Amino acid sequence: MLKDITLGQYFPGDTVAHRLDPRTKLILVLLYIVALFQAEGWIGYGMVLLTTALCMAVSHIRAKNIFKGLKPMLFIIALTALLNLFYTTGTPIVPGWIITWEGIERAVKMMLRITLLIAGTFLLTCTTSPMALTDGLENLLNPLKKLHVPVHEMTIMMSMALRFIPTLIEETDKIMSAQKARGADFENGNLIQRARALLPILVPLFVSAFRRADELAVAMESRCYHGGEGRTRMKQLRMASRDWIALALGVLLLAAVIVLKRFGL
Amino acid sequence: MSVITVEELRHTYSAGTPFEKTAIENISLEIPQGQFVGILGHTGSGKSTFIQHLNALLQPTGGRVLLDGENINRDKKSRHDVKWKVGLVFQYPEYQLFEETVFADIAFGPKNMGLSREEIDERVREAAGFVGVEEKLFERSPLELSGGQKRRVAIAGVIAMRPGVLILDEPTAGLDPSGSRKIMDNIRRYREKSGATVIIVSHNMDDAARLTERLIVFDHGHIAMDGTPEEVFSRPQELIDIGLNVPQATALAMALRRRGMALPGAIFTHEQLLAAVKQAKGVAAC
Repeated sequence: MLKDITLGQYFPGDTVAHRLDPRTKLILVLLYIVALFQAEGWIGYGMVLLTTALCMAVSHIRAKNIFKGLKPMLFIIALTALLNLFYTTGTPIVPGWIITWEGIERAVKMMLRITLLIAGTFLLTCTTSPMALTDGLENLLNPLKKLHVPVHEMTIMMSMALRFIPTLIEETDKIMSAQKARGADFENGNLIQRARALLPILVPLFVSAFRRADELAVAMESRCYHGGEGRTRMKQLRMASRDWIALALGVLLLAAVIVLKRFGL
Repeated sequence: MSVITVEELRHTYSAGTPFEKTAIENISLEIPQGQFVGILGHTGSGKSTFIQHLNALLQPTGGRVLLDGENINRDKKSRHDVKWKVGLVFQYPEYQLFEETVFADIAFGPKNMGLSREEIDERVREAAGFVGVEEKLFERSPLELSGGQKRRVAIAGVIAMRPGVLILDEPTAGLDPSGSRKIMDNIRRYREKSGATVIIVSHNMDDAARLTERLIVFDHGHIAMDGTPEEVFSRPQELIDIGLNVPQATALAMALRRRGMALPGAIFTHEQLLAAVKQAKGVAAC
């Protein structure tokens, strides 16, 4: 069922990872990604892997859930691995073969890199509610307002989009069930037949999305929404000591990986 | 023949995640051919989950659903084919209309059944007749119709498959009184003409009392009560404790009883109440 998609789904909880300021977590993910792409040797990868495992343990997110989230990306991961496997020059594992030892190493590292990349961002969205995430983002991007970038408008659009994803998924689920009850078949047939089979879902979905957008606009108007100017927040973001500690650890990870890279590890 | 047998049905949503929730548990019942059944229960009581098991839209986590003695979840084909035998009309079905014309939308189900053009044509006209959609509307876009008309077109889309069992989830939700009345009349007429089993999920206690032969009350994923309207409405306090309403006549009878009038047990229509009050007065006068 569509509802079972877990990538980007918030798992409510009360761990240190959940309580960190969203800004901290955003910066940490950024540091994590840079570190991941700086890692070259096995030790570097090992450190990032270890960090991921630690973060998972701290935030009580089970590996099973992350693997479930990886499923839709499986094809891309496999394709990357295969390309690297076959298109890396070096010493063939068996003389005359196209597969090289270097190719195998690259392929494994690439798979690891993509998996860790997804796992890291998954941890962020698992432990941070979409609202907190956009709040944090708006806060971090605040300096851009001086350059007349409509930060508030952009983030409110983002939070609305995020807010309506589950609603639209639920709606899609309902429409699918209803059409299935009339014997619609979404699983069989060739590509064109399947594309056509989507019509009974897409038309009602669009109709309802427009209706919802309309209702939302009216609801916002009637509550006198007028953009970000002078708007205050009920929940103020505040950095606690744990945030600074977490950030320091993040910087440490990046520094360690860069140093290791210097030594080719 | 369409006998529905439900054995020890259980359904758990999102098993294995923090959102895990058992929606229904330990549901066993049998619905004979032709019965008019009302399902009552407040939001989240599991009634919607339950009805989606009857045409294999949801697969049980535990237990079985049988139609005429055959497990409807036996294989992919049986899961697909049961949709023609058990027609399910969802809540707010008008949001599922998608075709360019009313005719094409009603024909969607029969077309999926692989029927011939003539057969489809006949069924669409018949179904439209049942719900009172006039032929002059056939070439209009379903999105241009009024709310009540849209709903009737959507119901016709399911009736056109000629299901032996028709299930409707809150068919009158959000309609005005005259629209609701028309829909309920349409459903009753369909049942009389076709002899189909009809299962209706409703919040409207007066409809439930007036039309059905059997009421099944859901509470927290279990069956709290199962019996004729007389039996169920003779225990009005239990219904109120579950968080449901009782028919107006029942509520009035309860108030009168509290004031000391001796009224018999099961009262759920205005006629019954009137008769009972007359009798009580008569007895008191003697």
